[in-house]
Amino acid sequence: MKGLWSLIVGLKVTGKEFCRPWITVHYPRQEVTNLDTFRGHIDLVPVLDDPEKPLCIVCRRCEEVCPSSCIRIEGHVPGEEKEAPVRQLLLVSNIMLPHSAAREPICATDKTLRVLDGFSLNYNLCSLCGLCVQSCPVSSLTFSSDVYLAGASRKDFEFDLLQRLRDRAGSTKLKKAA
Amino acid sequence: MLDKPSCSLDGDYYSSRFSELGKGEGDTLILNLGPQHPSTHGVLRVIVELDGEYVRRAEPVLGYIHRMHEKMGEVKTYVQYLPNMGRVDYLHALAWNWAYVGAVEKLMGLAVPSRAEYIRVITCELNRICSHLLWWGAYVLDLGGFTPILYAFDDREILMDILQIPTGSRLTYCYYRFGGVSADLTETFLTQTRNFIERFKTRIPMYHDLVTGNMILRGRCEDIGALPVEMARRYGATGPVLRGSGVAYDVRRVEPYSVYDQFDFDIPVGKNGDAMDRYDVRMAEMEQSVRIIEQALNQIPDGPFINPDVPDRILPPKGEVYFAVEGARGKIGVYLVSDGTARPYRLKLRAPGFSNLHVFAELAQGTILADAVSILGSLDLVIPEIDR
Amino acid sequence: MLPLVHLIVALIAILTFIALNGLILVYVERKVAGFIQRRPGPFEVGPHGLLQPLADALKLVGKQLVMPRGADRILFWVAPLLSFAPVAICLLPIPFGPHLLGLDVNLGLLLVLAFSGLNVLALCLAGWGSNNKYALLGAARAVAQSVAYEIPLLLSVLCVAFTCGSLSFVDITASQTRGLLSWNVFSQPLAFLIFFVSALAETNRAPFDLPEAESELTAGFHTEYSGMGFGLFFLAEYSYMIVVSAVASVLFLGGWSGPFFSGHWWMLGKIYTLILIMMWFRWTYPRVRFDQLLNICWKWLIPLSLINLLGTALIINLVR
Repeated sequence: MKGLWSLIVGLKVTGKEFCRPWITVHYPRQEVTNLDTFRGHIDLVPVLDDPEKPLCIVCRRCEEVCPSSCIRIEGHVPGEEKEAPVRQLLLVSNIMLPHSAAREPICATDKTLRVLDGFSLNYNLCSLCGLCVQSCPVSSLTFSSDVYLAGASRKDFEFDLLQRLRDRAGSTKLKKAA
Repeated sequence: MLDKPSCSLDGDYYSSRFSELGKGEGDTLILNLGPQHPSTHGVLRVIVELDGEYVRRAEPVLGYIHRMHEKMGEVKTYVQYLPNMGRVDYLHALAWNWAYVGAVEKLMGLAVPSRAEYIRVITCELNRICSHLLWWGAYVLDLGGFTPILYAFDDREILMDILQIPTGSRLTYCYYRFGGVSADLTETFLTQTRNFIERFKTRIPMYHDLVTGNMILRGRCEDIGALPVEMARRYGATGPVLRGSGVAYDVRRVEPYSVYDQFDFDIPVGKNGDAMDRYDVRMAEMEQSVRIIEQALNQIPDGPFINPDVPDRILPPKGEVYFAVEGARGKIGVYLVSDGTARPYRLKLRAPGFSNLHVFAELAQGTILADAVSILGSLDLVIPEIDR
Repeated sequence: MLPLVHLIVALIAILTFIALNGLILVYVERKVAGFIQRRPGPFEVGPHGLLQPLADALKLVGKQLVMPRGADRILFWVAPLLSFAPVAICLLPIPFGPHLLGLDVNLGLLLVLAFSGLNVLALCLAGWGSNNKYALLGAARAVAQSVAYEIPLLLSVLCVAFTCGSLSFVDITASQTRGLLSWNVFSQPLAFLIFFVSALAETNRAPFDLPEAESELTAGFHTEYSGMGFGLFFLAEYSYMIVVSAVASVLFLGGWSGPFFSGHWWMLGKIYTLILIMMWFRWTYPRVRFDQLLNICWKWLIPLSLINLLGTALIINLVR
């Protein structure tokens, strides 16, 4: 008898739930509202007075600490020729291994001024661990809230972060002008 | 009469070896469950020998999702290995995080500030509730009830949103760092956690009404897969699988780590070790986790969330260490051997699911196939953790 | 001449009714499932997903009809047709309204029970004709389940036949038109419950859907069917739900009579209420294991229905 009553109780539970509104966030009619805490891919942070100039000092700590070798940085010392990129020494087969697996120290160890020429992120490999953001000594990396990403090939997820910074600066200039 | 070919053309190595190991008497049928499953077990393949409805022998075949985590541990530096731990068992990722950072901290003698310990406890227990909710939904789904999993996912969505605030992720967390955690808790997090606890206390009775008391479910779980304590010990089963058989072994009580000795919580145990006991143990554990979180929220002190003296380059001294935590599935262990360099010499991950799974081979003998499925579900297996 | 025309018109109307209901019930089931699970259900195809069953039907019709190697061609293709065809005949003797009757036969109940038993034969043919060990196992289980639950079904229906003294649906409906309390559910509540549970088992609905939802290995007797073959089995399942609900409404819930404004709307309302309750059961309960399923039948339902029958017979004799 107690068993049969349990069946009725179960029916009451589902009956009550039937009458309650649904909890689906019905995309694209509705969107989630908590993206500000979500770790999307990283983006460069500009200096305060120039939205096109990144804070990055090309120390390459993020490039070294990344477990999946997602980051490729190009920079040069002003006045000198552009350096040969370190990544030429890494084989394609090592793409999943961290840089330091090749036993090459790539992090800068002196205080030479360097200028950033290119900062590319291969988001296909990124595991959103946040080690790059926390290892940056000048906090020049931040997480974006870019989650509505869709692409048809891997190239769609290879981001040029310096270009993205410049695009954002351009659009804010347009907004200010308008 | 054609010559029999020297290699077996029927099935692969595992099924031919299984049939060679001795077909029972009578007309039996050898077939595969998996590796693709309709429910969320993961890629587990079980070769069974069926005599009509009854399972004569069962053998799990592993390795379909072996991702070489332990090899990666030898190739990556200590810091670079952190995101791996979220992927080993993505359902209780923070416990695996904890096992690894705890091992390195123990080896290096790093102190963890008190606030960070409490943050770790709160987030790990929230994650444990997540994991048990998913287990509950998937288990009832295995048995044919299609609704409870969606109610469980409703609660999980809220929990994932809460855990997103400090960690930034929803499932594969990489939140703990050596010497603390990577971000502090905010007021929003604390408020939402308290709200969730109040809501969850009304949801648990609903779950018991809908599923636990249901006589059809009881018929599918009671007296199924009774695990004797001696068998559990032989296989090294831990977690709710062992506690269902009556042994009150919980790493948080037996080998307390972090601040677990400050909390007042019970260790639920079962009596007979059948599937219903394991079910009850996990439901009770969810309530105990809520208790722990409430106490932790009240006791959490102010202070730094990470040890400010953690060196930039992690270079543990030569030596070995073993650190264990209580995961949702059992005792998670990390055995770390360091040779003084920037990379571990050997990183061994002790997955509780590996020991729990092999209990199935013995428990399933002589049961009906529907019961074997129920036993498999009650062991709470996550195959990526088993294969690492 | 006129009875023949009447019959043909009735058959066409019933077939249309079944076809429309197939579409509607698929949609309603998915929407009910969605709302119980706090989610929208079908939404994209057509406004609020109303065209979803049409899209599903078009998809099923468009699929290739595959037959496994070694399968018996005749048996394999006859099985879904045999499953679906008797439904129209089963709905003929049921009065949907005071003047809506396909076939006025004084053995209407016997007709319905006989033709719904053909479904068991269809299961056998499907299982054997598939040339598949798993399908055969599933079909054997489904047949065992159907055959076992026929008995309490019959016994509970006999109780109503005893109280009304007739096997004709028209007479049974007429005996319940004297107001709400004359409905047979109040004089035979146990028979109603037994009938409903047996009906769930006969139509392979949850929680008794082990033969068709044994997702671990045997996907049931319809493993090898794809496209329209599967579609016919699917349609047959929903149609048998309608048949069983219609029979239950006539036998126990008063048919087309209601406390006010009697008519076919009451009949349809009762049918759909029972179908909604069946759907409610499906999304609430887990599956019953096969041996427990047979146990329920042999150890509980049959003794209870026998006792009910004997009690009814006794009371009728005493009253007369």
